[in-house]
Amino acid sequence: MEHALDITLTVNGTSVSRRVQARQHLVDFLREELGLTGSHVGCEHGVCGACTLRVDGKLVRGCLMLAVQANGCRVDTVEGLSDSKELARLQKAFHEKNALQCGFCTPGMLLAAQDLISSSRKPTREEIRLHISGNYCRCTGYQAIVDAIEEVVNG
Amino acid sequence: MGKAELPLHAPGTRTDRGYIGQSVPRPNAARLLQGRGTFVDDLRFPRLAHVVFFRSPHAHAKIKSLRTEKAKSSPGVIGIFDGRAVAEYCTPWVAVLGHLKGIKSPPQHAVAIDRACWQGEAVAAVVAETRAQAEDAAALIETEWEELPAVTDMEESLAGTRVIHKDLGDNICFARTHDTGGVDEAFARADLVVEETYRFGRHTGVCLEGRSILADYNAAEHSLTVYHSTQAPHMMQDIFSRHLGIPEASVRVIARDVGGSYGIKVHVYPDEMATAALSVMLRRPVKFVADRLESFATDIHAREHRVIVKIAVTKTGEILAFDMDDLTAIGPYSVYPRTSGIEGNQVVNLTGGPYKHQKYRGKLNVVFTNKNVTCQYRAVGHPIAVALTEGIVDKAAAALKMDPAEFRRKNLIPDDAYPYTFPSGVKFEQLSHHQCLDLLLQKMQYPQLRQEQIQLRKKNIYRGIGLAAMIEVTNPSPAFYGVGGARISAQDGATLRLEPTGMVTVLCSVTEQGQGTEGIFAQIAASAIGVSVEKIKVITGDTGVTPYGGGTWASRGAGIGGEAVLQAGRALRNNILDVASHVLGLSKSELEIKDNQIIHLLTQQPKLPLSELGRIAYFRPDTLPMNFQSELTVTRHYTPREYGFTFTNGIQASLVEVDVDTGFVKLLKHWCVEDSGTIINPMLVDEQLRGGVVQGIGAALYEECLYSPEGQLLNGNMADYLVPMSGEMPDIVCAHIETPTRQSELGAKGVGEAGTAGAPAAVMNAINDALAPLNAQVTAMPFTPERILRALKKCP
Repeated sequence: MEHALDITLTVNGTSVSRRVQARQHLVDFLREELGLTGSHVGCEHGVCGACTLRVDGKLVRGCLMLAVQANGCRVDTVEGLSDSKELARLQKAFHEKNALQCGFCTPGMLLAAQDLISSSRKPTREEIRLHISGNYCRCTGYQAIVDAIEEVVNG
Repeated sequence: MGKAELPLHAPGTRTDRGYIGQSVPRPNAARLLQGRGTFVDDLRFPRLAHVVFFRSPHAHAKIKSLRTEKAKSSPGVIGIFDGRAVAEYCTPWVAVLGHLKGIKSPPQHAVAIDRACWQGEAVAAVVAETRAQAEDAAALIETEWEELPAVTDMEESLAGTRVIHKDLGDNICFARTHDTGGVDEAFARADLVVEETYRFGRHTGVCLEGRSILADYNAAEHSLTVYHSTQAPHMMQDIFSRHLGIPEASVRVIARDVGGSYGIKVHVYPDEMATAALSVMLRRPVKFVADRLESFATDIHAREHRVIVKIAVTKTGEILAFDMDDLTAIGPYSVYPRTSGIEGNQVVNLTGGPYKHQKYRGKLNVVFTNKNVTCQYRAVGHPIAVALTEGIVDKAAAALKMDPAEFRRKNLIPDDAYPYTFPSGVKFEQLSHHQCLDLLLQKMQYPQLRQEQIQLRKKNIYRGIGLAAMIEVTNPSPAFYGVGGARISAQDGATLRLEPTGMVTVLCSVTEQGQGTEGIFAQIAASAIGVSVEKIKVITGDTGVTPYGGGTWASRGAGIGGEAVLQAGRALRNNILDVASHVLGLSKSELEIKDNQIIHLLTQQPKLPLSELGRIAYFRPDTLPMNFQSELTVTRHYTPREYGFTFTNGIQASLVEVDVDTGFVKLLKHWCVEDSGTIINPMLVDEQLRGGVVQGIGAALYEECLYSPEGQLLNGNMADYLVPMSGEMPDIVCAHIETPTRQSELGAKGVGEAGTAGAPAAVMNAINDALAPLNAQVTAMPFTPERILRALKKCP
């Protein structure tokens, strides 16, 4: 239970080394050990998408991946992608269209949307709806989120 | 993202005409967009201890023994406490209200003593240095249970063969009958009587952020600071004060960012009270965050109802009377302090709401069961009342072979009939049912949709169109809770302060849960004073700094808090002009504030920037007359009094396609026309409507907390409890009629619950319209594929 391992990974462009418990999830590691609280914990069983992160360029659920599995990986969170301005266009569109209310799902939603936008094709409205179908939002009813992503896609 | 990169105004915003009615983006959204908000679980405190709760695995059982020796020696454990230990620091409560005559409930403790009454009730608190350590230790607690018979069926509970709380005598928490008289006579002379039984599955709010609380007791001061994911900080301040024995002013409740609430976070939860008590007991900060299973098992549930409704109609389609019998089950306790009698009470008040019949009988029984507790969740009672009313209205129209839109037009209360007293006793100031119906039919191109429906049926495509007219409670006066003895504020306050640089700080007792209250308060304050909206900083959710007030619930934020901000803004403007008059040596009547400047009213020429006025008032008041003191901080409050509630009205429509082979429902489109009075920010209003509609769609199609006959929750996770996701949701068209309330100068009514109130009825009627040619109908929500196939007799 108290089994611990040393890991080194790159988080938002900065190398970090820590001794972590083998059972610690990646999202808990980011929140508890690194203080990166932008990635949220919603269901802890991979359904809601609030903990969506990018690991080596691919979307992952931070609650379904262990911190030790991220050893040697490049991890990007909403904080890093905000500072690098990669999310800037989406954030502007989300803000203008009020594509968020409580904001708890928003970091995960932005990462999921950015994943779609960075693919080369131009997705349809229906494809946008399907792509973010793994990210639960209880507040907005999704329409403004779809509108905001569509605006960036057509940007 | 730098300041300049975010828009200050949406395209088309006209700052010169004030911000009321403009789609101004919310300033507070910026931090949330970068993951830089502050939810309770984001806070970091020295010596923070974590509590997890050991919960009953049984729906009803006696705790014969609870052995914690092994658990206590687990690494990191600070302490393990049973119900008796916590009760020494936290007194129990009884959730009743004086105006719900006869309501009863047993005393409830923060942690159960001797007996657990639902699966998930906390029976011990485990505190450790980390949450993982607390969970490890909880797994080592050894208990011996004596299982007791569980009452899980509400009909059985009503029959009372087994009584859950012996001291109460029976299982009835609350019962009420409302009768105008003449109902039986109306039914006797009716040409047509239609009856139906509707069932509503219990479901819950599923806030993405679980309930969260961090209590920080200061033993030296005997003071408590509580960081709480809550809608009602002042209500909680009062409750912590009274039940923990700490003076009111020494309790400070702070609600920073709240990750969704929808009514879930406006109640007293035993585990949260225990967390506060543990902070006092251990003299250190203690945090509790509900995980997803705990959320499903212990966040309030709502809407488990069985309703039998009858309608009396003439052959020309005139509704004569409604007769309704509602049975609802609320779990083993009435929830503190709002009680669990309100939802059913609302069903009695609102049934038949939009129509002009004169005779009405409503009967209600609220019974205890051994399931999780239920209480007020977004739209409280409305989804039930609207669905049973609109369901039976459609059935009556169909029996008379009348178009459902025409049938409604014939029976809706005329727009010139106000003020109007409804048969249930509620009073309407001014509603606009007919304007809303006309606008809806025009928006959805109703005749063309009906044509298309007929054509498609020839191709075996089953589309349905469902309408749902409704009334909605907003801006509640003290008649909702205060008159019943609850210490829940019906008034709210706003303090506005001109800062030396010409900025304005707004402190308001209404809280922000993402609906945009802080944004609209900035718009109202900026418009009232004459400054630009980026000059306004709004602070909410802190009993230590804001005026006293009720917080956010019952669609009251804009209508009540907004009016307080407006009045405070006008008063501050007046006081600013007093200062300007002295500085400029001009009469106040010659001056105006516009675009952050004092201007001359006639010439419109700038005379003095507010930054200069602020500098003089704060740093060089020696230059002002000896007998003049500037007052650049003002506070105003507002209470709605004239009507018990400011009713709003609206109408929704749903277009669906039912796959009669699989039972799947495809939502093609949804329309929502709402009259919420003065619209402060159209973008935020539409967002409230759409989000609410989708929550209502969840109730109609997906969501139900399923229990086994033994009282075991069967689907307490997000894989098995389905919520609406973006892929299945339709685009939602919103439109508005604006009838400002005359009770306030702002004229705003609430809008937060309209979508949720009307959507289930609209979807139900659409599905039944689609199934009508097959002589099938569904009446039990949620309308799962299984239930639809059963209605089509394609499934046993």
